Amino acid sequence: MAQYLLKRLGLALLTLVLLSLIIFVAGSVLPGNPGRAILGPFASQHAVQALNQRLGLNRPIISQYWSWVTGLFRGDLGTSYQFRAPVSSFLVPALERSLKLAAVAFVIVVPVSIIAGVIAALKRGRAIDRTISVTGLSLSTVPEFVSGIVLIVVFAIGLKVLPVTANPPAGTSPPAQLRYLILPAIPLVFILFGYIARMTRAGTLEALDSDYVRTATLKGLSYPVVIRRHVLRNSLLPTITVVATQTGYLIGGLVVVETLFNYPGLGRLIFTAANNKDFPMLEAGVLVIGVVYLAATLIADILYTVLNPRIRLQRAE
Amino acid sequence: MSEEERRGTPVASAAAGSPLEPVSTVSAPADEGRLPSAGGTLDTSARAIRRENLRQLVRSKAFITGAILLLWWIVCAVLGTVFSPYNPVHGSLTAFNAAPSGAHWFGTDSLGRDVFSRVITGARDILIIAPLATLLGTVIGTCIGLVQGYFRGVTDNVIGRVVEAVLALPVVIVAFLFVVALGPSAPTLIIVIGVVFGLLIARTVRTAVLQERELDYIAVARLRDESNSHIMFVEILPNVLGPILVEFTVRLGYAIFTVATLSFLGFGIQPPTPDWGGDVASSYQYLAAGYWWETLFPALAIASLVVAINLIADSTEAVVIQ
Repeated sequence: MAQYLLKRLGLALLTLVLLSLIIFVAGSVLPGNPGRAILGPFASQHAVQALNQRLGLNRPIISQYWSWVTGLFRGDLGTSYQFRAPVSSFLVPALERSLKLAAVAFVIVVPVSIIAGVIAALKRGRAIDRTISVTGLSLSTVPEFVSGIVLIVVFAIGLKVLPVTANPPAGTSPPAQLRYLILPAIPLVFILFGYIARMTRAGTLEALDSDYVRTATLKGLSYPVVIRRHVLRNSLLPTITVVATQTGYLIGGLVVVETLFNYPGLGRLIFTAANNKDFPMLEAGVLVIGVVYLAATLIADILYTVLNPRIRLQRAE
Repeated sequence: MSEEERRGTPVASAAAGSPLEPVSTVSAPADEGRLPSAGGTLDTSARAIRRENLRQLVRSKAFITGAILLLWWIVCAVLGTVFSPYNPVHGSLTAFNAAPSGAHWFGTDSLGRDVFSRVITGARDILIIAPLATLLGTVIGTCIGLVQGYFRGVTDNVIGRVVEAVLALPVVIVAFLFVVALGPSAPTLIIVIGVVFGLLIARTVRTAVLQERELDYIAVARLRDESNSHIMFVEILPNVLGPILVEFTVRLGYAIFTVATLSFLGFGIQPPTPDWGGDVASSYQYLAAGYWWETLFPALAIASLVVAINLIADSTEAVVIQ
């Protein structure tokens, strides 16, 4: 097991190095002339050159990449072009806020979609199964800002039951703050619902069709006991990994939701950085998303290994 | 169940999965009407199968609904400028932020432009960019997947690592990053989305090729001393077209998702060209003021197009992959 996990860790690190390279190319090589991009078409050539010089952009690309990567290891994510301050001082509080929003989305989506997936599997082929699948499919393909708009129009403007903005006025108590995050969380829930429900359904069907479930039924166990002890225990295991791997996606989907609801998290930070051609901020933000995804995948792998007795007990044999 | 879910351990399939994976659901139409067309003998020629597939598609309600919706938007994309009641770019100077009425069915926006006309004509750019990007992605993905699956070994591993690294980011984020760096324009959008989708499609093609290459006809082709490229493109490719077609239809839905999202973020189709994502972006700040029609109608247009394409994709998958 240890060997397997070490291999996963090694692969994740390799992926991370490649990812940093790709992000660096996108953020530092493709823009061509960052000085020109920042100052605009009307700035003098002299000013552009001076800025490029100050930003260290005249050095060879390899040496720029090297100082960027070694900086990352020292916790130095670079200096923001727009704020002339360390990127990390903006990134950390933004990430915290994003995680808070993501947590709200997860708390809603995980139970709802798992229950829906199990119901769909138990009622295989019936109308409810079809309804859950089609609903999940449709919801997961509609962009977050589209469902977000519809939600705002219905719940915030029409029914006036939830606030339009994600930002509570200063001095709001934490439970009351939660109310402001419900509406922004729902578009994320929509995107994830179909996928988690589908995977849960697939896992449950596999368990239902297995020999051990048939044996359990034939030896006279009651239906609820078979479902609880034999079906769910086996079918929910893969679902854990599915849920964990969605974390990275969720952080990415935040760019749209946070822009729409004007919520100052990581997504909005990336959006603002892009609009201001603040490439160090943009690169760091995107890298953080990649790291969160890789970490989530790794944790999912570890969880799966630890929770699955077939893998956990292998070394005892 | 899609290829992704079927292959490998749950860990592998879960790790490979993201919301942007091919979507499959339980589609009933696949089970209906499986009887061979003519009584008695079973005609299994390629043409007969294709005809039977088509007949099944046409019988599925989901496919028909999707096709009608898509057709409507294609008509709008082609002829929108002809039958839109107002000029979508130049607004009226007197009637801005006007609520829906007999004169302006969907109201007017903050610049006095007719929202209905903008929704109609807004179908054009997205319906040019998204299919071209998907087509490019399918071509790239097919080539990479064929090479990976056919040669395996080091080639497969190296390409696989790079694909994995890119896909550690949500597709929208990768596309966003590159479009921001290169500057938004239609060709940039097509190339960036095409390349990223190509990497995704390559995974599916690779899996299909891996199964195919073990079959006897490939061994025979090798013995006949056929060239690698001949085996890949003439022998294997026709036999993996089914999954590739499904990938194309599924990805088309996500291409529209991605283009619309990039436009909403200000890095897609640029104003003043009528565009749904861009129109939502430029008008959603007026939502709180109660001007909901400026935002809601373009948003619903995106939703209807995406759902239409996914209905088509889903029924195609149910028929092609059996």
